[in-house]
Amino acid sequence: MTDRPRLAVVGAGPAGLAASLAATSRGIHVTLVDSAARVGGQFYRRPAAALGALRPQALHHAWHTWERLRDGLAAADSVEHLPDRHVWCVERRSDDFVVQALLGPDQRESESVRADAVLLATGGYEKVLPFPGWTLPGVVTAGGAQAMLKEGLVVPGRTAVVAGTGPLLLPVATGLAAAGVEVAALVESADPRAFARRAGALAALPGKVAEAAGYTARLLRHRVALMPRHTVVAAHGERRVEAVTVAALDGEGRVEAGTERRIPCDTLAVGHGMLAHTDLAESLGCRVEGLRVYADDEQRTDVPGVWAAGETTGVGGSALALAEGHIAGRSIAARLTGRAPDPREWAPAAKSRRRLRAFSALLDTLYTPSAHWTDQVTDDTVVCRCEEVSAGEIRTAVAELGAGDVRTVKLLTRAGMGWCQGRMCEPAVAGLAGCEQTPARRLLARPVPLGVLARAGEPQEVLGGEPRVDRGGEPQEVLGGEPREDRGGEPQEAHGGEPREDRGGEPQDAHGGEPREDRGGEPREAHGGEPGVGQGG
Amino acid sequence: MNPLRRAGARPGPAFTVTLDGREIEALPGRTVAATLWAAGVTSWRSTRGAGRPRGVFCGIGVCFDCLVTVNGRPNQRACLVPVRPGDEIRTQEGTGHDD
Repeated sequence: MTDRPRLAVVGAGPAGLAASLAATSRGIHVTLVDSAARVGGQFYRRPAAALGALRPQALHHAWHTWERLRDGLAAADSVEHLPDRHVWCVERRSDDFVVQALLGPDQRESESVRADAVLLATGGYEKVLPFPGWTLPGVVTAGGAQAMLKEGLVVPGRTAVVAGTGPLLLPVATGLAAAGVEVAALVESADPRAFARRAGALAALPGKVAEAAGYTARLLRHRVALMPRHTVVAAHGERRVEAVTVAALDGEGRVEAGTERRIPCDTLAVGHGMLAHTDLAESLGCRVEGLRVYADDEQRTDVPGVWAAGETTGVGGSALALAEGHIAGRSIAARLTGRAPDPREWAPAAKSRRRLRAFSALLDTLYTPSAHWTDQVTDDTVVCRCEEVSAGEIRTAVAELGAGDVRTVKLLTRAGMGWCQGRMCEPAVAGLAGCEQTPARRLLARPVPLGVLARAGEPQEVLGGEPRVDRGGEPQEVLGGEPREDRGGEPQEAHGGEPREDRGGEPQDAHGGEPREDRGGEPREAHGGEPGVGQGG
Repeated sequence: MNPLRRAGARPGPAFTVTLDGREIEALPGRTVAATLWAAGVTSWRSTRGAGRPRGVFCGIGVCFDCLVTVNGRPNQRACLVPVRPGDEIRTQEGTGHDD
């Protein structure tokens, strides 16, 4: 036990690590709770220890930043790392917080950690818009392909197409090529002319532009066909993807008739940007603006005692996450020891944060999915992957039943009611319904066994940092998913409170940080990616 | 260059697991999903409704597409579960509770 003030950091990616180091060096005891076996988040996801990688940096970017974080952590005397903990709820009590986490990989038992303050550094996940064939095996998210490569040193096939939009696609294509995959094409919907028009603004971060140029040069060396202003129209195959059809986009973002080309491949790595995990913040009652958690200049949310940093406050890359995490850690250290922090102490990090946020906002205007992507989504295309709800069913709900928002579509069609609780299909459902994507208000951040939930309501004795284990769970699986009448033997699901309406429990991964980087013309990594250097710390 | 060589991997001794009774080789440290990919397998579930094949999609535990039955327990995310010597991995049909 310690008399130091206690901070619980949820997520051990760049934001969570930077915050932990800043806070612990200023007298705070930090409990770092993360879903992965090792710290690093998605961006610094490393080969599993047992694989004995002598050159773990071979598939990474900005490795020297990782080394600084790693060395800092090794030297820190008051950071307790709790790996394999999947946080499903943070409870605010009268004078402290309790972080509830399922123990992985089984996730049948839950543990509680008490803290005086909480930092949400839960990162994000990838957005993928649907197209015919996107559920075929071999079609994976760009970040997923990268995560599997970085940690498992494995690739899904021999010939890949990398497609979608966003700075992540460059490092993913480069990484796959370096790992021996033939990358047949990089299909990016963004228009290079838009980049040219913003050349002056992009030049504000010359390092990022150089990084993007470096990736591009490597792709050309690997003979990867670069196809800007193109999109994947469909993936083909029976048991797995065997080819994709790509086509050029016109100035309005519509597919140009007659430009379709079929490219044989056994892998399609696709992504259309990143989304933040905001569930824990929502259940704590924190203000969420659009799809990001609100944070002030000190990275405080509007709930006293709760800070947020990294992708959860707006997707912007690992360098931005490091800067935000650093600021959060210093603010927390001051506030928990009764001092008002002096922002001048973190002026360099604040400057990085300002520049990187501006840069990220600029990239968001350049990397956009094709404006008319829904035109390619045929009625028989499955949109909700969990509940197997087709685009036709969603269109019927909108056109004939009057659904005008994601929640109503969900009630009418079950889209978004399954295991992933809408994380994968929400952007698509919103696009098909012609409405804005709004926060899903998931009550639980991930599926929780019924026994664990039942015990969570009991008076608890949660000791500071010594995690208490709740064996609640019988093999009762409970998924966030809703039971469908027809499933016979499903286990009883407890949706975390999910009333069949909206919410549901979902997992949020505390995978702490996502990749991101700071984009630059760049790659932003998504899961794991690469880029990014971090200043901040 | 394959990714193991690229990263200079010196993995511990390989061991055997089974997929639907067929023996496949596994390396310590990998997840069930990574093990199956390395064996050339990309799907190990069929959906509840249309019975369509699925495998890894998000790769980081968010999408639940890679659900699989390991040692009799269904609905495990293959991308999160570490592989262990002797694991009996089975393709999951539907909810995984019907058989």
